[in-house]
Amino acid sequence: MTWLLFLEQCLNGLQFGLMLFLLAAGLTLIFGIMDLINLAHGSLYMVGAYLVASISQATGSFTLAIVLGVAATAAIGMALEVAVLRGLYRRDHLSQVLATFALIIIINETTRVIWGVQPLPLNVPGALSGSVRLFPGIDYPAFRLVIIAVGLAVALSLYFLVARTRLGMLVRAGASNREMAMVMGTDIRWLFTAVFGVGAGLCALAGAMLGPLLAVQVGMGENILILAFVTVVIGGIGSIRGAFVGALLIGIVDTFGRAFIPTGLRAVLSPSVADVAGPSLASISIYLLMVGVLFWKPQGLFPARG
Amino acid sequence: MAGWRRHAWLLVALAAALALPKIAAIAGQDFYVSFASRVLIWALLASSLNLLVGMGGMVSLGHAAFFGAGAYVVAILSVEAPGGSSALLVWPLAVAVNALLAFLIGAICLRTRGVYFIMITLAFAQMFFYIFTSLTPYGGDDGLSLARRLTLPGLDMAGDATFYYVVLAIFAACLFALGRLKASRFGRVLAGIKDNEARMESLGYATFRFKLVAYTVAGALAGLAGALMANQNGFVSPNMMSWDQSGIALVMVILGGLGSLWGGFAGATAFLVLEEVLSGFSAHWQIVLGLVLLGVVFYAPLGIAGLFARKPR
Repeated sequence: MTWLLFLEQCLNGLQFGLMLFLLAAGLTLIFGIMDLINLAHGSLYMVGAYLVASISQATGSFTLAIVLGVAATAAIGMALEVAVLRGLYRRDHLSQVLATFALIIIINETTRVIWGVQPLPLNVPGALSGSVRLFPGIDYPAFRLVIIAVGLAVALSLYFLVARTRLGMLVRAGASNREMAMVMGTDIRWLFTAVFGVGAGLCALAGAMLGPLLAVQVGMGENILILAFVTVVIGGIGSIRGAFVGALLIGIVDTFGRAFIPTGLRAVLSPSVADVAGPSLASISIYLLMVGVLFWKPQGLFPARG
Repeated sequence: MAGWRRHAWLLVALAAALALPKIAAIAGQDFYVSFASRVLIWALLASSLNLLVGMGGMVSLGHAAFFGAGAYVVAILSVEAPGGSSALLVWPLAVAVNALLAFLIGAICLRTRGVYFIMITLAFAQMFFYIFTSLTPYGGDDGLSLARRLTLPGLDMAGDATFYYVVLAIFAACLFALGRLKASRFGRVLAGIKDNEARMESLGYATFRFKLVAYTVAGALAGLAGALMANQNGFVSPNMMSWDQSGIALVMVILGGLGSLWGGFAGATAFLVLEEVLSGFSAHWQIVLGLVLLGVVFYAPLGIAGLFARKPR
């Protein structure tokens, strides 16, 4: 039976990793192209989840809620870029950290004002609430399979967008050498706003997909934000490919750590020690991974700047 | 600022700080004594972070790790050795433990620069947070309550006013030491590294060592602040090392004035007073707080210290 468990954990890790990629893709581009540390990226994820949850409550349609929620969050993201973040590109990292930290505080409190302190219900749509028999002995929740499919589809489209279109070419040029791209006549202002809109939309999509599994509540953005930053740093700032590899790596390491480290340690150590060491080792595994990667490769796995 | 004026200000500030418990007692507002202790402890934390960020240009988003670790030294000792409760023993121990931790962590973090340094310090703080969250023998997620404050010979530390004076003395001593450090050769080299590390390196300075020493001192002072906070609150929890605590410490530094000796104190005072005043007006005071911080970034990037420095001559 262990290989069945192993397979199931692989799928869980893949699913988590792909959702992390949705967040990290936007973050790494904003980081790499605009040279902006955007701590408020997780807030867009939260806003997206809240919008999708309340639209789906009002209309009864999960699909419609995703379309509207993603579009609305993209618009909010672009508005935020034009109103506040644009003024931060030329500033040092410290000012960016402070300003976007302030944005987190403002957006969190505004969310509490609008939606209250109670978590918002966001349910898996009825048609997807069952499970699918993948192999004899493995019943996997249908909704999680949909998450994997959506994640893969978005990753493929992003790859196509970045590698094969004119917009993607500009984005790559901007990430590898911003000044040169500007000198060559790229309209950077418009490009930045567009990238921000796409990043915010991806945040909302991740929020809509993870909302039914986790909880739609204030503070949900900060937890995942740090994971997204770890992903970006491991992958190499500004690299979409790095974000993809990093996200899957973190998804797998985190899922496997939580599933196997506590039981594994119990086989080696005394129960009282293992009960303390297991969960803590499982929850810090990804940070150890990050420290290890930065120790050997201080610029991450796939440095975008040549 | 002219020398005599500076000393006059210091004397006024010192007199006000010394008189505060008496004034609070007369006004019947004893709450403000423990509030002032809290301000001073945060000021110590922010000043230690200012040594890193303001003087050395090392932006750490994980400084609360040492704050929490210092607090846990006090808490764990109170569980393991309930008899040995002398502050003369425990506080230096908290400083030593955190100096060692900061030395080891700094040796790894300082291999990276800029954004990567911000993120790797954040990663270490997250590790601390999760390790203490799953440390069930010492309260885990729920934290740990202390039976009583540590003792100092000849003083009644349970009294808030006495404890305030102790904190005030420690803060004043640390600030004096930081001032001497800033004016010393070490401080000048650190400022040079912040300005242009490559230049300092080619001038023959082992920049890594200077940065590591600064990181170690900052970590040790943050640990001392944490140990004091554990005594102030009578309670420790992993939340003390959560990343938003690191963020708040950073906010205080920028609010007060980067690299300015009094910046940490000014920032901690401004932040906590603002929080206290705003929360009296509305339950949603955090929106205003956020807007004020945004305003600081865009309109007063030098913080409170910058407002004083711009005086026309």
